[in-house]
Amino acid sequence: MNKLKKVFWEPVFNNNPIIGQILGICSALAVTSKLETSMVMSLAVIFVIAFSNLSISLIRKHIPGSIRILIEMTIIASLVIIADQLIKAFAYDVSKQLSVYVGLIITNCILMGRAEAFALKEPPLKSFLDGIGNGIGYSLVLLIVGFTRELLGSGKVLGYSILRLETEGGWYVPNGLFLLAPSAFVLIGVLIWLLRTWKPKPVQED
Amino acid sequence: MLEHYLSLFIKSIFIENMALAFFLGMCTFLAVSKRVETAAGLGIAVVVVQTITLPVNNLIYNHVLREGALAWAGLPNLDLSFLGLITYIGVIAAIVQILEMGLDKYVPALYNSLGIFLPLITVNCAILGGSLFMIERDYTFPESVVFGLGSGIGFALAVIGLAGIREKMKYSDVPQGLRGLGITFITAGLMAIAFMAFSGIQL
Repeated sequence: MNKLKKVFWEPVFNNNPIIGQILGICSALAVTSKLETSMVMSLAVIFVIAFSNLSISLIRKHIPGSIRILIEMTIIASLVIIADQLIKAFAYDVSKQLSVYVGLIITNCILMGRAEAFALKEPPLKSFLDGIGNGIGYSLVLLIVGFTRELLGSGKVLGYSILRLETEGGWYVPNGLFLLAPSAFVLIGVLIWLLRTWKPKPVQED
Repeated sequence: MLEHYLSLFIKSIFIENMALAFFLGMCTFLAVSKRVETAAGLGIAVVVVQTITLPVNNLIYNHVLREGALAWAGLPNLDLSFLGLITYIGVIAAIVQILEMGLDKYVPALYNSLGIFLPLITVNCAILGGSLFMIERDYTFPESVVFGLGSGIGFALAVIGLAGIREKMKYSDVPQGLRGLGITFITAGLMAIAFMAFSGIQL
């Protein structure tokens, strides 16, 4: 039981896929200008990664090594299509804002990485938990970045005004830079900095 | 007419840069930008693959998947566009594989210099993203060729630029916790701000 717990929590903090392993960054940067899109994206990724890990682990003994990448891709792509159709059906506005990035979950390296490194070797339950853990680790970063960008960029959280804008008689002058692409890079850079200072680990020199 | 293609070309390189404006292909963008030579190898591979896969996916979308596209086969009501994602990734993987075998046989020098970058490109989101943008914006066949070439060059430009900066950064004194990837992210952020200057261009 303890082992399962470790499998679950390890990727959330200690070995976070985004700021620890630097995987799956494209979507983390692109969808985080609002908290709402970050949340929908997080749910989609948790769903896809948990079930792709589960199904790959279930058939891991029947996959021939030479074509395993193709099989993993097919499984992941099918799950992403399901997630994409679900989002289109139940949250059409958000799906328009996410545009191509839901489809790009297919090439999100976290999925391939976990399938290759974990699901091909471990039993289904463990892989499922590992998938959810990694999905939550990913979501955590997405939500932090999405929250900061929406709050500082437009003074709102989930569309509700938190910092009253100057134009509406308040005091806050929104920093429009936070809504634009470059701020996400800088925010994730700072997050990595904080994590490395909190939990120092041997830094790779480049 | 030519003007239209030219402006699409410039737009896809600078204004809508795949890496710095849409954050596509970030994993490879950050992992392979340690040295200028390897970055250049990756850049060339991306340009080649992007220029081939985009038009191919465009043909498949317009003649097989699109609603009513199968009218020539007697199925005018069929809409297969939900199969898009799985088709594009399959096409990309297949083309990368064919390209790899072809280069190995006919141009071994280029094959060796591209090395491991070719297989890596299958999971590069810039390639799949290019195809998805092409579908979303409804490009025609010639437009997709121009967009493929332009977006590939844009990605190559960004990755080579970042590699150049990172080579110089070896000599600077970066705070302990920020060394390695932290500072790379912030550098990429500054590059993205610089590229935003192009967004004022009216084409």
